[in-house]
Amino acid sequence: MSAPISAIREPLITGSKSYHTITEDICGPTERTPTTAWVIAFIVAVTGLALYVFSVTWTIWVGIGSWNLNRTINWGWDITNFVWWVGIGHAGTLISAILLLFRQKWRTGVNRAAEAMTIFAVMCAGQFPLIHMGRLWLGFFIFPYPNTRGPLWVNFNSPLLWDVFAISTYFTVSLLFWYTGLVPDFATVRDRANGLRRKIYNFVSFGWTGSAKHWQRWESLSLVLAGLATPLVLSVHTIVSFDFATSVIPGWHTTIFPPYFVAGAIFSGFAMVQTLMIMTRKVLKLEDYITLEHIDSMNKVILATGSIVGVAYLTELFIAWYSGYIYEQFAFYNRVMGPYFWSYIGMMGCNVISPQIFWSKKMRRSILVTFFMSIFINIGMWFERFVIIASTLARDYLPSSWSYYSPTWVEVSLFIGTLGLFSTLYLVFMRVAPVVAVSEIKGILKTGGDQYVGPNASHGHSHHDSANH
Amino acid sequence: MKQETTQVLYGLYNDEEVLLHAVKKAKEDYLDIMDVYSPFPVHGLDNVLGLSESRIHVAGFIYGLIGALTAFLFMTWVFTRDWPIIFGGKPYFSAPSFIPITFEVTVLFASVGMVVTFYTICGMGPGVTNPTLDDRITDDKFCIAFDVNDANESQQSALRKFFDETGAEEVNVKTI
Repeated sequence: MSAPISAIREPLITGSKSYHTITEDICGPTERTPTTAWVIAFIVAVTGLALYVFSVTWTIWVGIGSWNLNRTINWGWDITNFVWWVGIGHAGTLISAILLLFRQKWRTGVNRAAEAMTIFAVMCAGQFPLIHMGRLWLGFFIFPYPNTRGPLWVNFNSPLLWDVFAISTYFTVSLLFWYTGLVPDFATVRDRANGLRRKIYNFVSFGWTGSAKHWQRWESLSLVLAGLATPLVLSVHTIVSFDFATSVIPGWHTTIFPPYFVAGAIFSGFAMVQTLMIMTRKVLKLEDYITLEHIDSMNKVILATGSIVGVAYLTELFIAWYSGYIYEQFAFYNRVMGPYFWSYIGMMGCNVISPQIFWSKKMRRSILVTFFMSIFINIGMWFERFVIIASTLARDYLPSSWSYYSPTWVEVSLFIGTLGLFSTLYLVFMRVAPVVAVSEIKGILKTGGDQYVGPNASHGHSHHDSANH
Repeated sequence: MKQETTQVLYGLYNDEEVLLHAVKKAKEDYLDIMDVYSPFPVHGLDNVLGLSESRIHVAGFIYGLIGALTAFLFMTWVFTRDWPIIFGGKPYFSAPSFIPITFEVTVLFASVGMVVTFYTICGMGPGVTNPTLDDRITDDKFCIAFDVNDANESQQSALRKFFDETGAEEVNVKTI
């Protein structure tokens, strides 16, 4: 607040808000009966959730034979979906944690919803490793607990186990980080409520009072959690990439995978955040808090990470040629010209070519373009994981083992079902919790509100004099 | 849980900059502030109030260290003493492959430990109800509170004068 604000900065909060109108605007949707749009969306989402429950039950009852995995292509839609969901989750942590460390104030419009997205995405992701085991009821074997079989321990050297620790830790830490931020906002809803609502929000707000000492500790905690969550995000997707990189399969056994996967995760995650934010701001009428400036900034990140991903693809192709290693060369020849060439085209088109549209400021600030682009990007990123997994496994070292894979209705239903699970959770979140970080937005009102900053500023705080303090 | 109640004289302000000036003046006049409440963290308030820096990050570091040692030493024990197995021709004590899990457990212990510590030292938790002075503090009001249990008439009126001079919108007394 004592730092001077540049006169050319765009405002982050429009509509000349006061602290009270911020509370009203953001807490209001949790107090009113849901709109028709929400109800329709909820019905669709719950249908998806029902499909999910059915598919999971079918898979466990009938067995993994109800999927089309075979000995050659032993990972198909299951692991593709797993990596897709985990990648999406990473943007939430990036927005909350990394942008906090970089002191980017614009994160406050989108961080709460993005963190919620992370938690729900990780929940969806975690379904696949659990279910693809087949004997889910023995799933506890993967944890190192003292047992009477030796004790027989798990293989700590295996990336598949590192995944178990990484995803569990990532889920726990994201949940804690998200909830820490939610406590003061739940207290705000609590203090506006009566009766049963008050009791419920009192329970979940943990006795928050707004005391200065508690805020001090809260800020310190948030900063340290952000500092921990940042390397955690990078490590989790690196460990996921190790599932492939530590193998000997051509096209998988490459050191480019950790940065390639992490950049791709940020790319698809931000695209999903855009999809959710564009819908949320419209339905909950929060355009003053999730402004075009936010959409623009996120599109810039999408452009940057999409280009990194594009460069990674070209690097892979170059190194395959330069290495002179015939199996690596064939792996990429197969991706482009083999039986799954259509997924490679989808991947290149959606991930590399289409985001270049965001070089244009007009396109970055267009809601329609952003919405469709965000869907394309997520489709493209799904294709990327499919290309890496299914098309590579289909044609590895031994031609007599070559095979083809296409999903059964069970696998497709399971994927659509997780979309239903994710949507249901997100819609419930929108209904019961403030989707924008109320206290944090209030904290940036004086430096980001349009009555203080930007072309229409009436209070001249852009020339704030630090000598007063 | 202490059952004793306190009488509190508090003033509500509309703006954090007015609050900061008021707290500064209170410190200059050697008034004993019980607590200051706000709907969001006010920058500069900690310094003006003279709050000592939070050491929660020290606790976090210690928990992280415990996590790192637990994970690394456990895996080492498992693969060198308890049931050594040769994996891929690598040595029994393969430190590089222990690193990912060690890192994850470090972050896990540090985060969970710090969060539990945070709620404990703040006296918060699921279902805990702490007395609040005014419902609008979590909305848009800033509050300075003085403990007036043992204050006589002249001390109370001095405090009321302070609130008046520093621009408090409302002044109330409450027993919490």
